[in-house]
Amino acid sequence: MTSYRMRKLKNKIASMIAFACVIIAIIPLASILIEVVSNGAPALTWRFISSTTLNGAGIGNAILGTLLLILYASAIGLPLGILTGIYISEYGNNRIGNAVRFFNDVMANFPSIVIGLLAYSLVVVSLGIGFSLIAGAFALAIIMIPIAASTTEEALKMVPNSLREASLALGVPRWKTVVKVMLSNGRAGVVTGALLSVARVAGETAPLIPTTLFNNFWSTSPTQETASLPQLIFRYSMGYSQLRVDEATQQAWGAALVLIIIVLSLNIIVRLLTVRRFGSKKGERKTWKERLSLRT
Amino acid sequence: MEGKIVTEDLNAYFGKVHAIKNINLSVPEKAITAIIGPSGCGKSTLIRCMNRMHEVVKGARVTGKVLLDGKDIYGKDCDPVQVRQKVGMVFQKPNPFPTMNIYDNVVAGLRLTGERDWKKLDEVVERSLKLAALWEEIKGSLSNSGVSISGGQQQRLCIARALAVEPEVLLLDEPCSALDPIATAKIEDLLFDLKDKFTIVIVTHNMQQAARIADFTAFLYLGEMIEFGVTKDIFENPENELTEKYITGRFG
Repeated sequence: MTSYRMRKLKNKIASMIAFACVIIAIIPLASILIEVVSNGAPALTWRFISSTTLNGAGIGNAILGTLLLILYASAIGLPLGILTGIYISEYGNNRIGNAVRFFNDVMANFPSIVIGLLAYSLVVVSLGIGFSLIAGAFALAIIMIPIAASTTEEALKMVPNSLREASLALGVPRWKTVVKVMLSNGRAGVVTGALLSVARVAGETAPLIPTTLFNNFWSTSPTQETASLPQLIFRYSMGYSQLRVDEATQQAWGAALVLIIIVLSLNIIVRLLTVRRFGSKKGERKTWKERLSLRT
Repeated sequence: MEGKIVTEDLNAYFGKVHAIKNINLSVPEKAITAIIGPSGCGKSTLIRCMNRMHEVVKGARVTGKVLLDGKDIYGKDCDPVQVRQKVGMVFQKPNPFPTMNIYDNVVAGLRLTGERDWKKLDEVVERSLKLAALWEEIKGSLSNSGVSISGGQQQRLCIARALAVEPEVLLLDEPCSALDPIATAKIEDLLFDLKDKFTIVIVTHNMQQAARIADFTAFLYLGEMIEFGVTKDIFENPENELTEKYITGRFG
């Protein structure tokens, strides 16, 4: 009887400890979200979002800069990362594949400031482009590659081998099997990986410091210096602005909220676009509402 | 007798494991040949050598020859992709593509190799599904997912998908082992109808199934072919003692 009680007691204690750990882990996350929303929301006005940082009026050019950085970095990094993932999953059962996999893992754990310095020496100095949007995007792309590659590899490994064999046995060439069968079945995983890497670099600050500098004007040119939200948050909270300290802090909170909203809405948009769909024959396409209900 | 598929001193390995040993088998054209034997005797490996699917597995290799219409499919100028278009395969577990609807599943082999003519694809879908005795059951729901139908229907869908490529040989790897007796009977009837047009090789655990549908039967044991002949002879008057023991259920 006592041993039974002891057992129940131990069980209770163990589950309470686990629950307490969950609470402790959630506290910082919740407090960040609450802080960002409560401090940032009052700053969000149309003027704040649509004006440039010139004279401390708003953060519009930093929003544009961050969106462009994400766009350029994804354009460089995602194809390289996803194709690398396809290679190590589908063709990498050999020494080269193992080497690529190893270096990919090493690259994933590189300090991002070091990658920023690489971009600085390669793009800013050696290519002579100078501090620019493209230099920052290059650094971010290098951070994206290993994330996209390893998540793509995992996603393709999850696709049942029977589907690969079914396709090969129909006389479908290897690469078509990879593209049309493996990728289409592992699409959700590949997209998640791509999003993960985008979300990761959207908030990166360190690699932008030695590459993009800052810019108080609207700028879309890839070879010009550019503003970005993480840099703006960093600068304003460190006091590098013409604003009063309380105004700068307020704007930094607002910028943080906008950054979170950008990452979140990117997530939602891409998920809606890539919901699994059946069929390709004209007139047999499902509407996206039907597709959503088919997802389970 | 010159067969549709002839193996000459065929050996197959997984790494160091010698799965198939010196098989010399001649598969007769437009007939059903069954391959029977206890689990792990190399039945599946043998037919996977006949459309070069064996080499898809890591560490697998093959020695010897497999002649399709007299031409070695392991020859230097032979492309596995073309071999697989001539020699179709149906697997143990039904494996329709879950991201495609029924229509796209049937024509997957054609569309993925570049066929774009919808009119032709429509014809192929109807013809293949009719050949697989599935048309009447699902003609109204071609836009449903390939995995939304029953297991037996899925397996017939996989047969239709294999037939859509217009192969000359159809290899079936225990196609009924995941199905109930009614679905099994449907597939057996279907194979019986198909043998006028195709050369069929079926691997089966089920000796009654071999006895019911096969014209010829090969018995494999521990990677070696013990006996091959007309099904009736193998079952009623086997030459080898091992064959007799196996078919009378004394081992295996």
